[in-house]
This record gives sequence, C-alpha cells and structure tokens, in this order.
Amino acid sequence: MDTEGILEASAIELGKALHKGKVSSVEICTALADQVEAIDPEVGAFLTLDREKVLEAAAASDARREKGKKLSPIDGIPVGIKDVMAIEGEPLTCASRILEKFNSPYTGTVGNKLLSAGLIPFGRLNMDEFAMGSSTENSAVKKTRNPWNTEHAPGGSSGGSAAAVAARECPWSLGSDTGGSIRQPAAFCGVVGLKPTYGRVSRFGLAAFASSLDQIGPMGRSIDDVATLLDVISGPDPLDSTSWPEKLEAASVQLHMPDEPRKLGIPEEYFGEGIQPEVRSAVEEVIEVYRTVGYKIKKISLPHTGLAVPTYYIIATAEASSNLARYDGIRYTHRSPKAVDGIDLYYQSRGEGFGQEVKRRIILGSYVLSSGYYDAYYKRAQQVRTLIRNDFLKAFGEVDAILTPTTPSPAFQIGEKVDDPISMYLADIFTISVNLAGLPGLSMPCGLSESGLPIGFQLIGQPFAEGNLLQTGKAYEIAQPFKHRPALVTNNGK
Amino acid sequence: MQERPEIDIDKLAMLARIHLTEEEKAAFAGQVSDILGFFQKLQEVDVEGIEPMAHPFDVAGPLREDVPGSPWEPSRALKNAPASRTDQIVVPKVVEDA
Amino acid sequence: MPEYEAVIGLEVHVQLKTASKMFTDAPTGFAQPPNSLTNAIVMGLPGALPVLNKGAIEQAIRMGLIFNCEIPEVFQWDRKNYFYPDSPKNYQLTQMDAPVCMGGEVEIELSGPSRNQMGEHKIIHLDHAHLEEDVGKLTHFEKESLVDYNRAGTPLLEIVTQPDLRSADEAVALLQSIRMHLMAAGVSDCDMEKGQMRCDANVSVRPKGQSALNNRAEMKNLNSITGVKNAINYEIKRQSRAYDKGKEVPQETRRWDADASRTTSMRSKEEAHDYRYFPDPDLLPVRFPRSRVEELKASLPEGVFVRQRRYMEAYSLPYTVTSVICYDHELTGFFEEAMATYNKNPKALANYIANELQRERAQAEGDGMLPMEQVKLVPGELAGLVRLIDEGKLTKHLARDVLIEMFSSGKSAESIIEEKGIKAEPTDSSELEQWCRDAVAGNAVAAQQVRDGNEKAVNSFMGPIMKASKGKANPQAVRDMLLKIIAEG
Repeated sequence: MDTEGILEASAIELGKALHKGKVSSVEICTALADQVEAIDPEVGAFLTLDREKVLEAAAASDARREKGKKLSPIDGIPVGIKDVMAIEGEPLTCASRILEKFNSPYTGTVGNKLLSAGLIPFGRLNMDEFAMGSSTENSAVKKTRNPWNTEHAPGGSSGGSAAAVAARECPWSLGSDTGGSIRQPAAFCGVVGLKPTYGRVSRFGLAAFASSLDQIGPMGRSIDDVATLLDVISGPDPLDSTSWPEKLEAASVQLHMPDEPRKLGIPEEYFGEGIQPEVRSAVEEVIEVYRTVGYKIKKISLPHTGLAVPTYYIIATAEASSNLARYDGIRYTHRSPKAVDGIDLYYQSRGEGFGQEVKRRIILGSYVLSSGYYDAYYKRAQQVRTLIRNDFLKAFGEVDAILTPTTPSPAFQIGEKVDDPISMYLADIFTISVNLAGLPGLSMPCGLSESGLPIGFQLIGQPFAEGNLLQTGKAYEIAQPFKHRPALVTNNGK
Repeated sequence: MQERPEIDIDKLAMLARIHLTEEEKAAFAGQVSDILGFFQKLQEVDVEGIEPMAHPFDVAGPLREDVPGSPWEPSRALKNAPASRTDQIVVPKVVEDA
Repeated sequence: MPEYEAVIGLEVHVQLKTASKMFTDAPTGFAQPPNSLTNAIVMGLPGALPVLNKGAIEQAIRMGLIFNCEIPEVFQWDRKNYFYPDSPKNYQLTQMDAPVCMGGEVEIELSGPSRNQMGEHKIIHLDHAHLEEDVGKLTHFEKESLVDYNRAGTPLLEIVTQPDLRSADEAVALLQSIRMHLMAAGVSDCDMEKGQMRCDANVSVRPKGQSALNNRAEMKNLNSITGVKNAINYEIKRQSRAYDKGKEVPQETRRWDADASRTTSMRSKEEAHDYRYFPDPDLLPVRFPRSRVEELKASLPEGVFVRQRRYMEAYSLPYTVTSVICYDHELTGFFEEAMATYNKNPKALANYIANELQRERAQAEGDGMLPMEQVKLVPGELAGLVRLIDEGKLTKHLARDVLIEMFSSGKSAESIIEEKGIKAEPTDSSELEQWCRDAVAGNAVAAQQVRDGNEKAVNSFMGPIMKASKGKANPQAVRDMLLKIIAEG
C-alpha cells in the first residue's frame, strides 16, 4: 500500500489491508505522522502528536498481529482524539491555559475501550476551550483552519477532529458534542459525524462541559467507519451513572442487514428564515435522493424549535459554571503566581487560566442559578426542555427519522463571529435540540457550495436507534457518494 | 420588546471566583445582558404543569455495592499538583470563611 | 423582665460506617497516610464521575427506620456550589429537594433526680435527614495550609431536628440518644473526637408564652458534648440579656470559641453565600426498592429505650443496671449473648456485667475503660459461672474470685475451679460440722434466739463459719447443719 493509498483509505479498508499483510501499523502511522508534519502547519488540527509513542504502539500492534494475538480486526489503526478525554500519560488540556500542563493520571472508559480494541491514540486534537464554541477559535493554543479553505473556520467545538479527518491526517477521530460540536464541524469540513444517543457512550473520562448534554462520538469519512468506531466506544458503564444500563445491538452489525426504506420527517421549522439558499437547495436535493431510493417523505412540525437556543444556553452554562469550578489552582491546574492569599488564588488562577468565552459562560451560568433567578431561568429552561423533547417523541409517532440541514450556512470565515456571541450561538440552531432531547444525530456531507465549501445534512434518530440511523445514512452514501477532496490535500499542503 | 436585565458583574465574578479586568467587566456586563435579553423568549412560554427535565431519560440511578477498591498512591493523586509537601497539597493560608 | 424560653434545633452530622466512599470505591479510613485514600473521583479530576454507594444509602435508611422517618420512594442529588480548598470539585453533592428520610422522631431521656432514677422522657421531632459527602482536611500553618483529601467523599448523614429542644440539656440528651441508637445499629461510630459526629445548633429565645419565633443564631461545628452544652447556654444568656436591654438579636452565624467560652459573630457574609443549588446532572434520581427497606427494617436491633423498658419489666432489673447495659450496645450484646447460653437468671448476669465486668475493665485500664474487643471474658462463660452458682456448685463469694480470674485469663469457670482446686463444698462434712459446732458454742445468745423461733438469728453464725472455711462452705449446707446442731442443743 503506498502513502497515497494509506491516507485515502477508510479505517475499515486499512483494517483489511493489515489483515492481508499489505501494510503494517508502523507504515500506516508513519504515513499519517508524515502527513501531519507536512500539512498541519497549515491546518492546525493537532495540539500535540507524540510520534515516538505512536510508533511504539504501532510496533506493539504489529507484533500482536504477527503472533496471531490481535485485539480486534482494527488493531493497529490510529484514531485522532479531541483533547478532552482522559488517557493515562497523555496531555488533557481541553485547549485551555488552565490545564496547559496537565497530564492525565488515569484513563477514562472510552480511552480504555480504544486501547482494548488495539486502536492507537493518535495525537490530541484542537478544540474550542472546554468545548465551548462553534469555530475552534476559542482554543487558547491555536487556530484550526478549514482544510477546504483556510480562511474559514472548521466549525467547533470538535474543529480539530473534523479538520484532521478531512485533511487525511487520520482516518477517523473522536469528538464530543454538547450542542452540535461533532455535527457542525463535520458539516463544515465535509466529513461524517455522529452524536450518539445520550447514555450510549460513557462520559467517564470526558472533561465535562454540560453533563446532561455531553456525548462522545465518532467522526470519519464513511458511514461504515463511523458505525465501527461507535461500536468500539459504546456500552453500559458502571462508572457513569447516566450511561444506558442495557447492552445494545452493534450498529455496524445492523448496518449490514437488509435496509427497508423508511419514513423521513421534514420539520418546517428547520427550513425557514436564516437558512442560506444554497444550503436549502442542497438539502432539498438530499430529500429527492431519498425519495428516489424509495423513502417516504412527510412534512412534520417541531413547534418549540425556536426556543432551543436560549433553553440550551441556560442549561449548558448553568451546568458548566459548576463543572468548571474544579479548575481552581489548588490541586492540578494552573496556579497564578500573583495570588496574595488562599482566596485570591482562585480569582487569579481562574482569571488567568480561562479564556473569554469560558469566563462569559461561567458568569452567565452563575447568574441563571443564582438565588432569585433560578426559577425564571434554569427551572423554566428545564420545563421548556421537556416541551422540546415531547415535540420529537410526537414526531417519532409518525416518522422513523428526521432530516434537516446541519447548519444554516457553510463554514463562516475565521473572525467573522468572534465578537458576537449570540450570532455564534445561532450557528448551532439546528443541532442543539437533538442534545436537549438526548437523541442521536448524524451529519453527512451532501455537496459543495459555490465557493467550494462543504454542506452537510442532519439525520435525527429515535433513542438508541443508531443502527437504523446509520442505515438511512448509508442509503444516501450509496446513492450519492461524496467524492470531493479539499484542494489542500490534493496539493499536499502546497 | 424584550427586556434586557441589568446584571451585577462584580457579584457574579465573586460567585464564580474569577478575577475580571475592567475591560472584561465592561464587555461581559453588556454581552451577558444581551444574552439574558435573548433568553427572555422563554418567559413567554406557558410551562404550567410541565415537569422540569434534568435528565434525558427517566431511568433510576444505579447503585454500587459497598466494596472498597484500590486507592491511588499519593504520588499519583498529586501528579499535577502545583505545590505539595509531605504528600499534601500546599495552599496559601486560607482566611476562615472568606 | 419576662421569663425567656429557648428554642433550639440541631443539625447533627454523622459519618456513616461504610467500607468505601459515598460516590466511589476509594476506601474510607481514619488516620491513614495523607492522600492515600484517593482516586480520580476523590481528587475531582477532569472527567471523573460519581457512582452512588448502596451501603451509604442503606445506612441512611436504617437511621430513618430507627427513628420512624418516612423513606420516600424517590430521592435525588443536588449540587451545593461554593469554593474551598478542602472541597475537590468546589461543589458538594447533597440532597436539597428530595432527601432520603423525611420526618421522624427521637426519644430522649433527661437526667433523673439521681443516678438511680430514670429521668423524664421526651419526643424530639426530626424535620428530615439528608445524605452528603464529607470534605478533606486542612492543616493550618503560619503562612500556608496543607490539604489531605482522605476524608473527602466519606458519606455523611445530616439529621435535622425541628425546633423542639428547650435547653442545652435536652440538646445533649438528643445527641446521646442519636449516638446510642446509631452505634447499636452499626450505622455510625459517632466518635466526636474523630469528627464522626458534628453538630450545628440553631438557638433563639422568646418570652414564655409567645408562639412566634425570634431571630436565631446558627452555631457551626460544635465538636464535643461540652461544646454543645456551653455554646447553647452562652447563647441563651446572651440573647436574653440583649432582649432585656431592648436590643434586637440579628439572624446570623456565630462561632463557638471554646477557649474563651463565648460565641462570636462570623460577620454576616450571608449575601456572599449563594450556593446555586441545582439537581446534579451526573446522578440520576434513586428509586430504592420497598422490599429492601423492609429487609433493612427487620435487620435493626431493638430500640434502646424499648429494650430498657422490656428488661425492667420482663427481668425485673433495676433502672441503674439497665441504664448501664442498654445504653452501651457492646454491653447489650454481651448480655444478650450470655442470655442465649443460660437465661434462668438474668438478674445475676446483668449484675455481673453492670458491676463486676465494668469494674474490672476500669481497673485494667489506667485511664478509661478497657475496650470490649480486648476483654477476654466471653459471654457464654459468664453464663456458665452463673449456672454453677444457681446449681449450688459455687458460692457467690468464691464466684467473685473466679470471675476475676476469668476476666484476666479468658478461661472457663470450670477449668479455673479445677485448676485451683476450688470446691463449692468442703469435701469432708465432718470439717463442716466442726466449724458449725465451734460457731454455736461461740454465740449462745444467738443459739437461744433460734431455739425461741427466730430463724433469722442463724445468720449471725454465717460470718465466722465463712471466715473459717475461707468462703468455701455452701451456705445452704451450713444453714442445715446449724439448725440441726442448735435443735440438738
């Protein structure tokens, strides 16, 4: 297998090539590390990549495979990791100054699952600080650029995870999604991203942003890869009280069972004002493709959609204000040298350690929980959250899945929204209801805009029906494969 | 018209234990007020009798048997500590109940 | 000047007895090397999540069942947000809205007129009890503090009473009752010195007859029984004097300064404390099976005062003896176990435990009592000793020495008797006869009194005979022999 072949291959194809002895894990990892070296100065997806450590793990995998002791069919394949998940001995910075020097003393559940499948943690990927943002511009370390056009943002908060996959720096990656942080950058970067049903993937080891909304999920360049990686990381976890207690059928197995055309719901609220015409027409074409392959299309209504953004920002900032209290300068984070006493230590360390957006959200979250405002904001938002979930439950009485655009527009320019928090918050307008309702959401690329930026559509599934959702996605992938490549990749960084 | 609540930025910074510069205070006070104004949309919704939703799924929390596991070595627990001595974290003197 | 009445409510924090912490499997423990009982959850690392300890919930429910609390079907967890270096997450997981126990009542006993007389009993109502996690420990030095997180995450139960208490003595009685009951059920060791039981007291005073409550002072962290008593008495006086002078008493938090024996205001930063409670999104509400609640109920020991009343009635034990045995769950256990071996003479068993055993324990330890786990005497053997006495095989007089030997060696009564050649009766009955004849000869007056029909006068001979026999003579045999000799006269 030549370098070009390695970079373009899906993870599953790499697995097959490893099985046939056409390539080794060391060769795969070397080719990808070279690609990172060549192209990442341009893209900025990686915060760190420890080449030596990766190659050591790759050699260990090759040795296992040689002895017939491979841990899984995908043993030896590298996976990029958003810098928000704990793996012992690896940095865990959340792209924040406050965790700049933090090196995790433990491995979380998803990390353990990757390692027991023989997957190789491949670098720490850039993100918005503590996953707060929609452009990866809130990283305290560096900007990540959209491989399709480096003037544009890759989306966020899992911008590094999306850009790395699009730029062929890794075959697949893990992101986390609290309000669209996997799906929105997937759409901006022309890759496939799945936010699993809340509770399908353990959060133990995931630095929390908003606990009742966060989920880790896979990103890749094909439905099969995303399904395979989902199965690696899914499952009940005694260390996460909110993980779903029952074992679920593997999505990748379901994917290979015969698909029956399903009924797709088109919510009118997602096609109204604010959506760019070329996004609308691209998604309308997707609907046509589905019709052609035998799917039934039905107009539906999710009447509380307009309330999702405020509801989300109240709940997410409230939870975040409390979740981020542990970063205090006492036990393991940045400690300000300016502190005059034990109390000042908090103020100075947190003042220095957190970036603007994080501070803004902590302030906001402190306000909505504070005495006298709790009922008007937090409690009310939780009640509206019930209404939003009920909209979906009602819709699922009529349709199998819901089809929407992932974002109102293709990737915006870097710097375009950075000083306007509300307009940045609205970038998630189509994705956040899914987190509020706890549902699975899949974003897939469906063409390019006139200016050559990818456009994505979203499929929203019923709770724990990732198998069906991915089957539906695959029906589109077969009918209308996304064959574009970013020019940056074609020119290999030149 | 949507109301734009005034906020006491100093009090919020105190609750959050975050030192803010004067510029940050000015910027945040405005932005947070704007965002809260944007949140006012929710005040118009009739939520009478609607259960607040704290968790996506209505399942009961799991319980763990009371069996002790292996604790960490102190060195592992203090691996990232900014200052430690005799296996304890060092903090500047804390004035009681400040 | 009006007469004042104190209105007091307590918040009693007890560390629950569990092997592991409240939200993780790190072990609990006291006096361990610093930060040796930790893990990712205890340290509040990024990504760490809580999982509830069933044992802690069961202990809390057992407390609830002891004091007749209602155990709700569902309880949930809230975050209390505040920053302090001993709090690893800078929020405490607690139960604000739906605690594990609601209502309930605690029977207390006030001091009686004398040690031998039972005092007045009173019912104190509980408001609720909620579970929460303990914090770490700070050691202060001149310029810095050291933090040890070993205690962080230890399960704590906060028992909140209604303002039913009217005096410091009642508050102390409440703490003692809670302590006795929780120790008996193995819910907590309640050792105030080890911080396993801590107490906040809310105290207000009002003119007698007034039903409205006045402003109260909340006194934090009263860490000893004397501290509770002195702090409350001080506050009652302070507030009464203030009202006498026509002053207002502000609602505030005060600190008890044990060295200066006074309370001082913690200068109300109340407005700074906005705990921003909200339901913990990492823990789902708990539904605890009713069937398990019933099982827990069945596993509880008899209530301390219930048992005491039963002993007094069924076994005709005096109050003093029952208060020694029933108020100490280890002695209760000892008594019950001895009774399981031999139940024909509860009075003798109880007396030996309340008197001899306690005296020996006190003598064995220079200061305080020898801990029960170090006592070699086992309940079954004490029962064996009482049986030997009842069967006439050992005199009470000899039994005392045997018991002392049993206490120090842990041997059975029989083996001691055998080893030392102690016999309940002299082997030679002629020896017995001789002692009796000598005694009668030595006291002709008493002998005549017996002949005149005063049988009690026989007792006058017992002393000299016992002395002569070194206590070995069987009193019944002596009595029979004496009557025979005197009648022969």
